[in-house]
Amino acid sequence: MKTWRFEVFNRRGFADVAGAGVMEDINALGICTVQAVQSAKVIIIQADFDRDFANRLAAELLTDPVTEEYYIGRSGAPAGLAKATLIEVHLKSGVTDPVAESITAAIADMGRKVENVRTARKYVILGELSNSHIDIISKKILANDCIEDVITGLDAEPPGPHVKPYQLNLRYIPIRELNDEQLVEISRSMDLFLNLPEMHAIQQHYRTVGREPSDIELETLAQTWSEHCVHKTLKSSVDMDFDGRSVKFDNLLKQTVFAATKELAKPWCISVFEDNAGVIEFDDKHAICFKVETHNHPSALDPYGGAATGIGGVMRDPMGTGLGAKPIANTDVFCFAEPDIPMQDLPKGVLHPKRIMKGVVSGVRDYGNRMGIPTVNGAIYFDRRYIANPLVFCGNLGIMPRDKCFKKVSPGDLIMVVGGRTGRDGIHGATFSSGAMTHEHETIFSHAVQIGNAITEKKMLDTILQARDAGLYQAITDCGAGGLSSAIGEMGAETGAEVDLEKTPLKYAGLSYTEIWISEAQERMVIAVKPENLAAITKIFAAEDVQATVVGRFTGDKKLTLRYKGTQVGCLDMDFLHDGVPRYSRRAKWHRLKLTEPQPVEKSDCTEDLIKILGSYNVASKEWVIRQYDHEVQGGSVVKPLVGAANEGPSDAAVIQPIYDSNRGVAISAGMNPLYGDIDPYWMAMAGIDEAIRNIVCVGARPDRVALLDNFCWGDCKKEHIFGSLVRAAQACYDGAKAYSAPFISGKDSLNNNFIGDDGNEIEIPATLLISAVSVVDDVRKCITMDVKAAGNLLFIVGLTRNELGGSHYYKIHNQLGANVPQVDPAVAPQIAARLYAAIDKGLVRSCHDCSEGGLAVALAEMAFAGGLGIEADLRGMPRSADCLRNEALLFGESNSRYIVEIEPDKFNDFAKTMLNLPFGRIGRVTGDSKLIIKDALGKPLIDAQLDELKKAWQKPLAF
Amino acid sequence: MAQVNAIILRAAGINCDLETQYALELAGAAVKRVHINQMVDRPAMFGEYQILVIPGGFSYGDDVAAGRILANQIIHHLAGAIRKFIDAGKVVLGICNGFQALVKAGVLPGFDGGLEPVPQQQVTITYNDSGKFEDRWVYLDSGTDRCIFITPGRRIYLPIAHGEGKVVCKNESVLEKLKNEGHIAFRYVDKNGNCGGFPVNPNGSQDSIAGLTDKTGRVLGLMPHPERFIRHTQHPHWTRLNYECSDGRMIFENAVKYVQKNL
Repeated sequence: MKTWRFEVFNRRGFADVAGAGVMEDINALGICTVQAVQSAKVIIIQADFDRDFANRLAAELLTDPVTEEYYIGRSGAPAGLAKATLIEVHLKSGVTDPVAESITAAIADMGRKVENVRTARKYVILGELSNSHIDIISKKILANDCIEDVITGLDAEPPGPHVKPYQLNLRYIPIRELNDEQLVEISRSMDLFLNLPEMHAIQQHYRTVGREPSDIELETLAQTWSEHCVHKTLKSSVDMDFDGRSVKFDNLLKQTVFAATKELAKPWCISVFEDNAGVIEFDDKHAICFKVETHNHPSALDPYGGAATGIGGVMRDPMGTGLGAKPIANTDVFCFAEPDIPMQDLPKGVLHPKRIMKGVVSGVRDYGNRMGIPTVNGAIYFDRRYIANPLVFCGNLGIMPRDKCFKKVSPGDLIMVVGGRTGRDGIHGATFSSGAMTHEHETIFSHAVQIGNAITEKKMLDTILQARDAGLYQAITDCGAGGLSSAIGEMGAETGAEVDLEKTPLKYAGLSYTEIWISEAQERMVIAVKPENLAAITKIFAAEDVQATVVGRFTGDKKLTLRYKGTQVGCLDMDFLHDGVPRYSRRAKWHRLKLTEPQPVEKSDCTEDLIKILGSYNVASKEWVIRQYDHEVQGGSVVKPLVGAANEGPSDAAVIQPIYDSNRGVAISAGMNPLYGDIDPYWMAMAGIDEAIRNIVCVGARPDRVALLDNFCWGDCKKEHIFGSLVRAAQACYDGAKAYSAPFISGKDSLNNNFIGDDGNEIEIPATLLISAVSVVDDVRKCITMDVKAAGNLLFIVGLTRNELGGSHYYKIHNQLGANVPQVDPAVAPQIAARLYAAIDKGLVRSCHDCSEGGLAVALAEMAFAGGLGIEADLRGMPRSADCLRNEALLFGESNSRYIVEIEPDKFNDFAKTMLNLPFGRIGRVTGDSKLIIKDALGKPLIDAQLDELKKAWQKPLAF
Repeated sequence: MAQVNAIILRAAGINCDLETQYALELAGAAVKRVHINQMVDRPAMFGEYQILVIPGGFSYGDDVAAGRILANQIIHHLAGAIRKFIDAGKVVLGICNGFQALVKAGVLPGFDGGLEPVPQQQVTITYNDSGKFEDRWVYLDSGTDRCIFITPGRRIYLPIAHGEGKVVCKNESVLEKLKNEGHIAFRYVDKNGNCGGFPVNPNGSQDSIAGLTDKTGRVLGLMPHPERFIRHTQHPHWTRLNYECSDGRMIFENAVKYVQKNL
């Protein structure tokens, strides 16, 4: 077998985009001695062909005949005076290499077979470089050592493929006689993350059954009982010290988030908190389902791979809901530290936030775009405290026929694994947070993170939907955290299951039975197939080259039986597996913070403040990110993320029309404001719900059909005060859902988002609750957008402005927090939403924008520059509370439940009638010039600015 | 009137097939979406259709280069069938990834009317100058009056969504040939019809080329997505417009009309 090495370079005269990008990043690091960077693709093929075919292969497949040229072998440094450094970046052995898979298939199309294909990237860096600079460039720009190896110079060889087969080595772990200390040590050394009460429960169980557990049984219990899978913390009983008062919950989640949903009992809720995603009615024939997940720890280590597998994973939730939904939209919300933090301020072991951001955005872009699912909505939030724990929320909305919303596994059904092959990827996903992934493992495999392969998932989706419509399987679920152990364990909970692990198709040899069972390799689903349907379903998958393999069957014995090549390696009672986890009681503490409002400063001009807020990272335009996502694929977009005369304005919510010949639409939005949580997480949560629903209303979707999702991302909840703030937010979820009559249909939590530096300093993320909302639009042709439409139209503010600058962006730019956090009036807020919706539905409103971060002034500025028209406004007619006197509070306060609307003069009477008895007031009009003018109640200008200047300030910060 | 039959190619990673089907159906065609494996098994099936569309997406993940692997499949398994299809006077449309595949398979620009072998290829589509994927709306002017998909003189507004959309020629004389022989189907322009730099020309294409046609005028490839603008509410600021529009329909309607009249 010969090894052929191909190097593909850009031809002279054709831009080397990748090389130029690296050059830019090197300069950004402050290394000024580099003159140029040349990039090349490296393809290493083991095969039996001769040089003629190698040349053909290079010319016909690997090289673009116009822009590229190739070299067979290893090219040296280019001739010339400049010193050249050669750096190659290879994937670690075992990391998915989608390009290699495609090349293998393409060579087969050319009629040849190959043994192995690998790809790598090569960089030739011209200029003087010290060894330490080479190291910095390799680590900070070129490679990620979680998944890639760097090779410098000419001599070193890349890592070889892994082929050693696995020999069965069945292990039992004696635990029956161990003391507490030893139990804890077993859990630690096996990375089980089971605590002492859980280890006790397991010990007790095995004493009862009279034997020791095998390793795979312990692993299965650890996966199934993990925080990720059962939400131990949120389901625990809570004893809370609430400002000195005792408050108790028997089951926190059940009594807050779930309770609201249960009490609201909406007939349009089809399946809530049961399946992989919450399911609600769309129309007579279709249901929609929605799920938002986080992928925080993986994204901190490998931003690109972590985010890509985050979006890839959440798509499989709708695909694994009921009998499978078709994903129709993605949402993405990220939290990072500010991208301009100096390198030297970074804690050790932490990637720079700009690198994290670029990586995360590329990961979501590449996976989402390749899947052909539009990314339609999102947000990015910046706070220094996310420096070591970035948050990556990925959401997916799916649609399915109404009669495919439920699944049922029966004894005798076959267990079939569909999609990608299984490798050593993501084993012990939970260990990401423990720092254990820097261990010098003996193996050369990357256990930590994994590059997904979107095309594998797309092929799987295409065929699964065909099989679903043909009625060929009984149940489906995705392989997410815990891999097959969770998927099969859950599906077989009521029946029992037996699995022959060696039947699982593998990426490479050498996996132990336990690794096969708990691998979190991407792009896999598990389905339950009746034996009589096996031939038909196999044909569907085979026709489109999708791997689908029967690995076992569901039984009637309520046991989970695991075998490897005929030897039983594990047998667990389903009841113990699913109900054996001890329940916890936790203590929590919430004491109202003693905060004060800053001394007011009287100002005669606030233009500078407005420009500063518009240019602050949280408010600034996210266009650089949005345009990298395909937000129009599937042809359903109605309200896009960027709207207005120049397609640049910030849309409040996205609307898509999922069924081509129906005018019914779906709207999705989000609400989040961690700054408020620094004052009171209760009002943070309320504001999140209010904001998400405001955004829904702003585009003309129905407020009476809103379903909500919660995503709690918190710090270390073993600390009473941290958990107390979570309890406080959960209480608001109940109150807010009840007030708005908007049930929660699904949710997820990610706890322990804290970081302990090498100096012992701890960084906790701010309490972060993301509220996502989904609703329906009866007729998308009635939707509206936030950009002002015509000079002469009148502008109104709807909702009451209170003295509520606490946690505002106005205070943030002045480095203050304040105390008066915006509250929500649970009686009035839903009425405003309902009536404003009625006005929009009647066609009375030309544009509508949510008044949120940056308050009235920012909302007016955005509406004006999005519409390319001026606005002249004053504060006279603004409905306000008696204590709201200061201009800053009126201009920049972020009181909830407020909207700015644009009304044509002849529609004013109808609009006023519709809004009767609710707080609203005229604040100005749209003008034909290009200025934003806001005057105080006496007619003195507080803000007077050219729209161009405002727009530039808003667009500049994140236009990388 | 005889029924017009269109076939849409599906392959791993193709993802605009459903909306393209809808656009063709609105234009009056009967449409089948067929996986490439089935086409390879039975190339004779092309005889039943008059319109072939290779839609947008990321066939094989854009691995190696956008459209390259699909082009390789076409070259080795479907070249004859596609050649026959074009020679029979039928029409072929490649959108975005489909355009990339047609160029890389040597179907476009099709100077000599044959499938150009890859090493002799003179035009290619490569990475955007910006180095990243872009989703934005662009104006297009027709660059030729001999492409059956185009209504000459009509300026249209369509979205692009690609990372590799820059059309480049091997040398100046190839570009001259494209111009002189009427191969340039569409150019990126501004609202007023002027060519320009980014973002008017969103990827840095030579001569602002957005689409190419072959010698016959019956094969069109373009980077923008006509199937994404077949309803008024798909316009990025339809809420501001006081007229109804859906520019992308033109491409599909012209194709169906051509078939009805000529085949």
